[in-house]
Amino acid sequence: MTDDRIQRVTMPKWGLSMKTGKIVEWFVGEGDTVAGGDDLLDIETDKIAGTLESPVEGLIRRLIAEPGEDLPVGAVLAVVAPEDVPDAEIDAVVEEAKAAIASGALEVGDEPEPQVVDVGGRTISYLTLASEEPAGDPVVLVHGYGGDKNSWLFVQQPLAETGTAIALDLPGHGASSKDVGDGSLAMFADTVKEFLNALGIERAHLVGHSLGGAVAAAVARSAPEKVASLTLLAPVGFGPDADAEYLRGFAAATSRRELKPLVGRLFADQSQVTRQLVDDLLRYKRIDGVDKALSAVLGTLLDADGHQAIDTRSLLADVDVPVTVVWGSADRILPVPDGVELEQVEAGHMLHMEAAGDVVRLIQRRR
Amino acid sequence: MARSITYREAINEALAQEMERDSSVIVMGEDNAGGAGSPGEEDAWGGVLGVTKGLYHQFPGRVLDTPISESAFVGAAIGAATGGMRPVAELMFIDFMGVCFDQIFNQAAKFRYMFGGKAVTPVVIRTMWGAGLRAAAQHSQSLLSVFTHIPGLKVVAPSNAYDAKGLLIQSIRDDDPVIFAEHKLLYDVAAEVPEESYTIPFGEANIVRDGSDVTIVAIGRMVAMAQEAAAQLASSGIDAEIIDPRTVSPMDWDTILESVENTGRLVVVDEANPRCSLATDIAAVVAQDAFSSLMAPPQLVTGPHTPVPFADSLEDLFIPDAQRVANAVKTAVEWKR
Repeated sequence: MTDDRIQRVTMPKWGLSMKTGKIVEWFVGEGDTVAGGDDLLDIETDKIAGTLESPVEGLIRRLIAEPGEDLPVGAVLAVVAPEDVPDAEIDAVVEEAKAAIASGALEVGDEPEPQVVDVGGRTISYLTLASEEPAGDPVVLVHGYGGDKNSWLFVQQPLAETGTAIALDLPGHGASSKDVGDGSLAMFADTVKEFLNALGIERAHLVGHSLGGAVAAAVARSAPEKVASLTLLAPVGFGPDADAEYLRGFAAATSRRELKPLVGRLFADQSQVTRQLVDDLLRYKRIDGVDKALSAVLGTLLDADGHQAIDTRSLLADVDVPVTVVWGSADRILPVPDGVELEQVEAGHMLHMEAAGDVVRLIQRRR
Repeated sequence: MARSITYREAINEALAQEMERDSSVIVMGEDNAGGAGSPGEEDAWGGVLGVTKGLYHQFPGRVLDTPISESAFVGAAIGAATGGMRPVAELMFIDFMGVCFDQIFNQAAKFRYMFGGKAVTPVVIRTMWGAGLRAAAQHSQSLLSVFTHIPGLKVVAPSNAYDAKGLLIQSIRDDDPVIFAEHKLLYDVAAEVPEESYTIPFGEANIVRDGSDVTIVAIGRMVAMAQEAAAQLASSGIDAEIIDPRTVSPMDWDTILESVENTGRLVVVDEANPRCSLATDIAAVVAQDAFSSLMAPPQLVTGPHTPVPFADSLEDLFIPDAQRVANAVKTAVEWKR
């Protein structure tokens, strides 16, 4: 029997396509004591680079993975256990972990597949991740303008460890139908509401980023009984200002050359803007109908003067559900608004990618 | 996960989706129906390697089975294009283009210019290129530079299934004549390809791999050789950037020049014969426009100045491989004045 005080830190799964991750650098060493949320190491995949925050707390007894190693999802990277657990037991865990990597057994994990559902004549694509015995209302993740369900890659898996977390593609985005009708906030809100109905979800914790924040708020206003809580991440409609140049430029960009500098404005840390990220956005933008969809939705976001056309705060005025507003302190797309009770995290506009650990903790507080 | 299909299937899907979307799109070529010893229409081959298979029955009357007379059906396609159709003609092997040079060079390529922009010729000529199929000297050439030389033609050479679909849809929607060159050894190579229609603009290179020590520009099937070489070079500490131009006319010079300005070194990989080729063209432009950035002479990895041999062992020697690419990179990196 292995001592149940031994905890394993494993290679996370960041997004559907991640199969392996490369160890870039450890920030901790053997003998260090870590707390939950401490930066442990940098990991690089073919799509993205990120920092793994500690899912456990305690004394690091062994670091198994060496910088430069490319390891499958689920591989044990480090072993954490109290001082009085004998070395022999730790060694046994290390051996077992190395054997699991060497056997190749980790390499083919069950991949959750995105599913589709018809909502009001449109195909809506979504991905459900759930723990073995999910309890409580599910978390439903609503992305922003030009985003998609994959933007939750650092957030959805941790949220699914204690329940169900569902990420959907709004109309005009990701793998959903590209027709957005009039592109209005009401269209998006109706779609999300009908999506919940179609999946038989009576009540959900809605998490919305940017445009998705206003969509979640609009759902809460028209169907408060369906909303257990709202977590709004850098939502639109909390002030008049927005980087209109970014929004218009994003809608119009057709080449990597045009798109890359714009995408840089989304992040505080420019190393997040990988070639793969820009290429994936271009792949999306080049699908028939996307230009039309983005241009219709642009009219929902901005007025003729380049100010925000959505007023989310007034949508929320009479809504009686718990609301958490979170903002990245270095947001260049939607500046941190004045006079709003909010949580600040160290990130740009894409706070759910740059400060995923903080965002997960703030969402969990509402569950 | 996203769906994976082959280069062949991606081209077929692009044709089907454009034919569905636009009734002026027609397909014409040899062996679309029948083929040697086949009963004909019931057994529609979809061309010699089956790329258009299924379209003959899916779009009745819009997939034309032509005689083996390239000059006639390419001319007919060009004429139909000037008359409002969007024909996609399949000219089996690029090696056979010689019999219809007048239609392509002197007619299709010149109409827009000579009629003061009042005439457009939205024709696509699909054709197979490249060595490696054991098909001998008359079915193995890489004649892209011949067409690149002619103003008024666009020349497209996808290296993977994703690019093949998006570039073919772009080619069909484009109002100018396009030579769409499919590498015959890539037909069975699969990649993630969206089910929806999408386009890839002409003149935007794909940066296949980021790197800081050397710029490798590779065309068509040679992109895979460059990737193999780059993986090998990475273990000896050399970080190669790989650029796939995707369209060689127009060429994305900005991306190539910016990359060489960062890396200071250029290796061009092109399986064509070396004289008056894409390799010499790219090397010349870089030498002229990025001279002050270069730390070594541009290295050209190409076939020799011979016909493509029929003997397997000689054909294998003709085609650049990853080792030759890696050696050229090392020559550039280790260069001392």
